[in-house]
Amino acid sequence: MLECKNLTCVREERVLFNNLNFALSPGEILHVEGPNGIGKTSLFRLLVGLSSPYAGDIYWQQQNIMSDRESYYQNMLYLGHKSGVKPELTALENLQFFHRLYNPTVELDLWDILTLVGLVGYENVPTAQLSAGQQRRVALARMWFSDCPLWILDEPFTAIDKSGVKVIENLLIKHAHKGGMIILTTHQDLSLPAEFYKKLMLQKPTIGEQYV
Amino acid sequence: MFDAFGQIVRKDLLGAFRQQSDILNPIWFFVIVVTLFPLGIGTDPALLARIAPGIIWVAALLAALLSFERLFKDDYIDGSLEQMMLAPHSLTWLVCAKVFTHWLLTGLPILLVSPLLAIFLSLEENTFWALFLTLLIGTPILSLLGAIGVALTIGLRKGGVLLSLIMLPLSIPILIFSTMAIDAASFGQPYLGLLALLGAMLVGAITLAPFAIAASLRVSVS
Repeated sequence: MLECKNLTCVREERVLFNNLNFALSPGEILHVEGPNGIGKTSLFRLLVGLSSPYAGDIYWQQQNIMSDRESYYQNMLYLGHKSGVKPELTALENLQFFHRLYNPTVELDLWDILTLVGLVGYENVPTAQLSAGQQRRVALARMWFSDCPLWILDEPFTAIDKSGVKVIENLLIKHAHKGGMIILTTHQDLSLPAEFYKKLMLQKPTIGEQYV
Repeated sequence: MFDAFGQIVRKDLLGAFRQQSDILNPIWFFVIVVTLFPLGIGTDPALLARIAPGIIWVAALLAALLSFERLFKDDYIDGSLEQMMLAPHSLTWLVCAKVFTHWLLTGLPILLVSPLLAIFLSLEENTFWALFLTLLIGTPILSLLGAIGVALTIGLRKGGVLLSLIMLPLSIPILIFSTMAIDAASFGQPYLGLLALLGAMLVGAITLAPFAIAASLRVSVS
């Protein structure tokens, strides 16, 4: 279970959001919404521990995430704006690296994964030469072999075509059914079953609270 | 744990061999800078042999500076650095793998071409071995110190100059002890003590620098 308590994020002396509280239980998908610049990406970077909050704490299974990063990272998959895919390596080499470094205990055939994300035939092309959508697919392919319960996805659907979005939606539903947790942002409307789909609207702080 | 180390090394080597200019440019730079000296100050063998250690060491330092950008910058731009920081392994350990690969791609080639340069600068065999040993011990220290500088300046748009300003003063002790060892060798004196001092610096750098690099990365990327 992931919990945020009184989270406040400050960028350049400007308060993005303050006193944010929420909890995510197994089997839930949380869609973080809000206009551009409201602090969605900043919130996600706090949740994965890349930056530290101005105030408040984040807990994973009742443990502060900063106190034991390695065990938190064993349970968390983060896909950010930057894909983390090496442009000079091929799709297959990139996936091999991700598999062996992040989920070495999962047994799988990477060719199956390439088939699932529609990259068969491109496996020996350096990713720099693939289209934006295909590069995105290489990064997203990690969701198919990740055994982490918590997925944190920042704009996963960028540059993905309609049928691809459908496939990923189904994958998200499957993950939630298995008891996984997902936090994502996207500006697209998602058709996910209401029983485990929650929305969180980020609010602008009031005028008096905008600066620290 | 060792598998994670191996994976990072493998990935970086593979990437470097796909972009060979990244490996070849610093080493070319090194060879050319050293070659310019006999052209500039004349070919008197005694004079060249006298100043050779200094030339080779300063050129090695500058070549190392050229190559530091590659250490974390590309990873920072394409997001793999972020992902490395979120890997279920100690960042300090993964950073060691990055620095080790950097040394394989820059320090090792310098060692390999050093016999050629020794001939250019008419070094005697005894002096050459001293030079070789100081480079063998000294270049990993340069890689480790440079990595701290890169980690600190990675988020800055024009970090290159700042990196040189942080990095060059820190490398002065290595330069002093290395050239002292080579000088001692050229006079036929024992230089093992100076090598031992360099070795102590290397051990210090290996044990402490990875923590500093990891901490600097956490600060720079946030």
